[in-house]
Amino acid sequence: MTTKISFRDVVKTYPMREGTFTALDHVSLDIADQEFVTVVGPSGCGKSTLMSMAAGLVEPSSGEVLVDGDPVSGPGPDRGVIFQQYALFPWLSVRKNVEFGLKLADIPGAERRRRAERAIELVGLSDFADALPKTLSGGMKQRCAIARAYAVNPKVLLMDEPFGALDALTRVQLQDQLLHTWSQEQRTVMFITHDVDEAVYLARRVIVMAARPGRVQQIIDVDLPYPRTEEIRLSPEFGRIRNEVWHSVYHQAPAA
Amino acid sequence: MTAISAPQRKAAGRAEGRRPRRSIALNLVAVVIGLAVWTLLASVGVQGMPGPAEVAARAGELIADGTLALDALASLRRVLLGFLLGTLLAVPVGFLMGWYATARGLLEPYVQFFRTIPPLAIIPLAIVLMGIGEVPKVFVIFLASFLSSVVATFQGVVDVDKTLINAARVLGASDRTIFLKVVVPASTPFILVGMRVGLGSAWGTLVAAELIAAQEGLGFRMQQAQLYYDLSTIFVGLIAIGVLGLLMDRLLLLAERRLTDWQERR
Repeated sequence: MTTKISFRDVVKTYPMREGTFTALDHVSLDIADQEFVTVVGPSGCGKSTLMSMAAGLVEPSSGEVLVDGDPVSGPGPDRGVIFQQYALFPWLSVRKNVEFGLKLADIPGAERRRRAERAIELVGLSDFADALPKTLSGGMKQRCAIARAYAVNPKVLLMDEPFGALDALTRVQLQDQLLHTWSQEQRTVMFITHDVDEAVYLARRVIVMAARPGRVQQIIDVDLPYPRTEEIRLSPEFGRIRNEVWHSVYHQAPAA
Repeated sequence: MTAISAPQRKAAGRAEGRRPRRSIALNLVAVVIGLAVWTLLASVGVQGMPGPAEVAARAGELIADGTLALDALASLRRVLLGFLLGTLLAVPVGFLMGWYATARGLLEPYVQFFRTIPPLAIIPLAIVLMGIGEVPKVFVIFLASFLSSVVATFQGVVDVDKTLINAARVLGASDRTIFLKVVVPASTPFILVGMRVGLGSAWGTLVAAELIAAQEGLGFRMQQAQLYYDLSTIFVGLIAIGVLGLLMDRLLLLAERRLTDWQERR
């Protein structure tokens, strides 16, 4: 498998009143093409910062981030980003939100409508295509944001705690839907979360990070087949991996 | 999913849009009580105080001989001209200040300084520099509405949700696109609120501006009436100013509702 995203010796420091704060301390990580990776860790471990670097929204202090072997220099439509706060344009309908990126890519009208339609259908929002975001529930808003990211056909999906603000039930539904969408159109997914169950259920590999300074603590393979089902979620094997991740997240030795 | 079906949503929207009958009834009761108190005050003989009937009669006269329409038109023309010019300048200046740190650094001291000076205090200067024609009157109104609108626009641009800007950037938007497609629509609610405040201050400056050797206008008419102890005419002027101000505010409010219907209201 070829490497899609590569973090090489990435450091991120922020100046403080006294000295500097190290958000990420020499992080190296490779994510394979079409791989679904989740990143989990306590708050302050720099997991969102790491993702923002791949998105091109944050620059590393040193080290480099490569996508397809090219250094990242700013955001671009080849990498779709999904934010926890949905970030839908509230003055645009679901359809117009989804078409936003397609318009920027100068896709002509008919083709644009067709692709938007398809992305909206993929996330099951066809009945709400002309609704404004304010009339949607949190789960529907996030599905719209996923459709908007999918519509421009990015090679990489970067998701920053996308289901963090949703209730537990909606969260599970959206996890299944995301996996379903992903199985139909496989992309490289880097999914940030603080929910251990979610991390294990979605990923082929779970990256566990530690805080102060932010670093990779452990990488845990999830040897469970796709499609993931309720049966898998309730299986002893899932429980075993979940325990391993849980332990790695919640019983971290302090940094030397 | 907790989605409500479309017809339900529509019904909910209609109920929200209409004010409950009870509250309208209470408003009417308040008006009736106000008129009664006014009548009472006039009848127990507060010196020279006309009652509602006298004022209504005087209003009839002023409407019949066209004076009221002429005055209202003159005042409206000044207010609208000053307000339009003020807003027209305030919106681009506010955007510049919100978007470019350099523009903010250069302009903010002036905006903040002039904001602390009541526009009426500019009148003596305006008379000396601009004479006693229409120009100083419109200028003072212009200044009042400009200063209210510019701060609101600037604040609106500064307060645009950074996540929305990032969302546009990751979809490949250029700075220009982000400005036109994200910053402008996102700050529209602020601009419209600024315009309402601006219209309020424009209207509030009117009467004083008409102190500057006016020949017509609601403020001028009230001045004249004061000289002749004609309280009824003053009351007619006051009520006309109130009604016109309310009408314009409601019109802007309507525009605001239309244009920013997408906002989540809590």
